[in-house]
Amino acid sequence: MKAVTAIDQFEESYDLVVVGAGPAGLSAAARAAELGIGVLLVDENPAPGGQIYRAITTTPVGDREVLGADYWRGAEIVARFERAQAGYAARCTLWSIGPDETAAEGEAFEIGLSLDGRARLIGARQLILTTGAQERPFPIPGWTLPGVMTAGAAQIALKSAAIVPAGRTVLAGCGPLLYLLAGQLAAAGAEIVAVLDTTPRGNWLKAAGALPNFLRSPYLAKGLRLMAKARRSLRFVGGVTGLAAEGEGRLASARVARGDAAEIIACDTLLLHQGVIPSVNLSNAAGCAHDFDEAQHCWVPRLDNWFGSSVPGIAIAGDGAGIGGAESAALRGEIAALGAVRRLGQIDLAEGDRQAAPLRSELERALRGRRFLDLLYKPAPQFLAPPQDETIICRCEEVTAGQVRDTATRLGVTGPNQMKAFLRCGMGPCQGRLCGPTVVELIAQANGTTPAEVGYYRLRPPVKPVTLAELAALQQTEAAVKAVVR
Amino acid sequence: MFRSMRDAGGGTRLSFTFDGRPLSGREGDTVAASLLANGIAICRETPVSGAPRAPYCLMGVCFDCLVVIDGVGNRQGCLVPLREGMRIETQHGRRQAEEVLG
Repeated sequence: MKAVTAIDQFEESYDLVVVGAGPAGLSAAARAAELGIGVLLVDENPAPGGQIYRAITTTPVGDREVLGADYWRGAEIVARFERAQAGYAARCTLWSIGPDETAAEGEAFEIGLSLDGRARLIGARQLILTTGAQERPFPIPGWTLPGVMTAGAAQIALKSAAIVPAGRTVLAGCGPLLYLLAGQLAAAGAEIVAVLDTTPRGNWLKAAGALPNFLRSPYLAKGLRLMAKARRSLRFVGGVTGLAAEGEGRLASARVARGDAAEIIACDTLLLHQGVIPSVNLSNAAGCAHDFDEAQHCWVPRLDNWFGSSVPGIAIAGDGAGIGGAESAALRGEIAALGAVRRLGQIDLAEGDRQAAPLRSELERALRGRRFLDLLYKPAPQFLAPPQDETIICRCEEVTAGQVRDTATRLGVTGPNQMKAFLRCGMGPCQGRLCGPTVVELIAQANGTTPAEVGYYRLRPPVKPVTLAELAALQQTEAAVKAVVR
Repeated sequence: MFRSMRDAGGGTRLSFTFDGRPLSGREGDTVAASLLANGIAICRETPVSGAPRAPYCLMGVCFDCLVVIDGVGNRQGCLVPLREGMRIETQHGRRQAEEVLG
């Protein structure tokens, strides 16, 4: 690994640029570098690992039991990357992907990077986007109050800074991460007063058909262990059908509904989780086609069997290719790397197939049982499209569910891009990351259509903030200057 | 609000200020984590209604941890490592023209 720590240390162009240093990105960069390709891995975090192996090389958590054996497996993935001859830029933001108009022929891109307040445009012949997943928005009344966070945020705080919520903590939602975090926080000494489970009871029946594969999958033992551990020691409240965060200026309590029964739980921290979905902002802005995946209930990029997207030269691996978990992310990263190396002409198709074959069978094993989890933890409709009109759904522009519903119905708005023009939802700094899925859901519900028919935001670079000063200081080509100066 | 785990390693301490208040944080932590560890409940007020906000996702997605760092606004506290002597301030709503001119 060759660390790149200043913007002027980047080469003019790389054969392959990988975006995101989670298991997929680390594995992709390592594999390609091992095959002799000039690789750059950029990541906006201070250290490698992504979210699942967050701070794996720097965590101050001494007791290995707290984070569990699965977390520490990340160390080997980072170690392999460090042995490989790839460039690595931490704290580096990629804010644009465009075609390289100066390239003579073939696949070539111009990418915008920012590091320590300075921006630069460099070239890339192939791109692998491994930007992973984000937590699915879980809009409930009061979710913008200080004291309410995502479960993932608490896990990141634990892994990277060895800090845990002080005072009474409530976890709410469903999905494997919620139960894992409950166990981790309890082991780290947090005071968990309740785990509110929103898994719809009807989901068990829907998921039953996928049970046989789950029983043969590596998820089973892990999942059962997590559940048993959390349930043994914590107050588990199942069948939660409604949830609100309450307080003046900061969180004071969680109001919980289970059918007709209501309960108020006083708490200092409320951690929300409703599963994870692919981060699509970068791939969407790069022009890659996406489809709505019904089982995972989210947008996923359209990919071929080398994880190549609809834009030739851009591959998408890891959870950004559809949620599959850490093990599958690393395998997908390696397969995508083989695809990119093949496109660069370093290996032929037969050699790519030969090297990919064992990875593909491992991947199949790793993903077996995924469908059961997708169906079981599919969020209840009221947590995808909040029924209370006053619930904020766009945290940046403070747009409510009622406004979106009303605008969809009265003005006949059929898609999120039109909604943006009327309400500004998706136009704040998060660029729709925290409202997109909910806006789509609300429009679909109001118009009696489906998320697939409604579509998603059309995103544009810059996909991450970059200052005007940085853009103004970019080196301009003669052609670019001629295009605007008369 | 957050607190340190009991068995967490010490590490080097860094001094910084939040709205002028002298505080200390652990080297290697981000700005957002340092604020949480110091019991700071609110880091910004929204440009639309002025409502108080705190870090929400800690992974660069939500932009609720925006703060002013050494005079530069709209910094994502969860992505910026804490440095010795940093001057961190609450971001109050949208920026006013006179701040820029001043």
